[in-house]
Amino acid sequence: MTDATRGPRERPLSPHVQVWRWHVTMATSILHRVSGVGLYVGALMLAGWAVSLARGPEAYAGFKAALGSPIGQVILFLLTAGVFYHLANGIRHLVWDTGRGFGLKSANSSAWFVLFFTAAATLVLWGAYLMGMI
Amino acid sequence: MPSYRTPLSRARGLGAAGHGVGHWIGERVSAVALVPLVLWLVFSFVRLAHADHAEAVAWLRDNPLNPVLLTLLAAVSFWHMHDGMRVVVEDYIEKVSTKATLLILNLFVCVLAGGLAVFSILQVALGGQ
Repeated sequence: MTDATRGPRERPLSPHVQVWRWHVTMATSILHRVSGVGLYVGALMLAGWAVSLARGPEAYAGFKAALGSPIGQVILFLLTAGVFYHLANGIRHLVWDTGRGFGLKSANSSAWFVLFFTAAATLVLWGAYLMGMI
Repeated sequence: MPSYRTPLSRARGLGAAGHGVGHWIGERVSAVALVPLVLWLVFSFVRLAHADHAEAVAWLRDNPLNPVLLTLLAAVSFWHMHDGMRVVVEDYIEKVSTKATLLILNLFVCVLAGGLAVFSILQVALGGQ
């Protein structure tokens, strides 16, 4: 009872990221949020693309030149990876919403599959683009 | 186990947070819609990668499917990203005034950018430019 009058005591904190050994399911969880925030910026760029298209050839050429610059290409590459990741991991979340796939083994293997799919799809698309096939 | 909830609370179905499952379901429904829409967008941008203004305009005008799907994609994307960013703000921002400011900003940015995108797509598709 006396403790209550002296204000709150130091309470034990639950373990957080700095104490847990990193695991693939932790990485895929935070990557979903990171890619989502990245795609937020990507959607604003999509709106910018539509506006430049409506404003005419000059604005559209300017927008395309910005995307073609080294920084623009890096952003586009990251957005491509973000789209494929958020898409694949989003489907993983939708499967979980049906109550399936929560077992340790299946959660781990679906996490690795999503990462592998993201890398493969991004590299195939950009490989084709850089080799002039797109 | 006895239920301590009042009959009115059960009938409302709003739960402890007071806003029910509408937000959660909306995030899922928009996610389901975005799966085919995003695949279509990737496919379309691959085709449009080297297109100049005239070719991009033609792509929007020649086939009604393209402006309709692009408008749907923009609308559903901005709805989905509003829902997602809202959860991020609610999770990490503790101060009520900062949280409220960011939530309102998130809503305004999504509605404004979504409105600009949809208007521009329709303007091009209907021949205003």
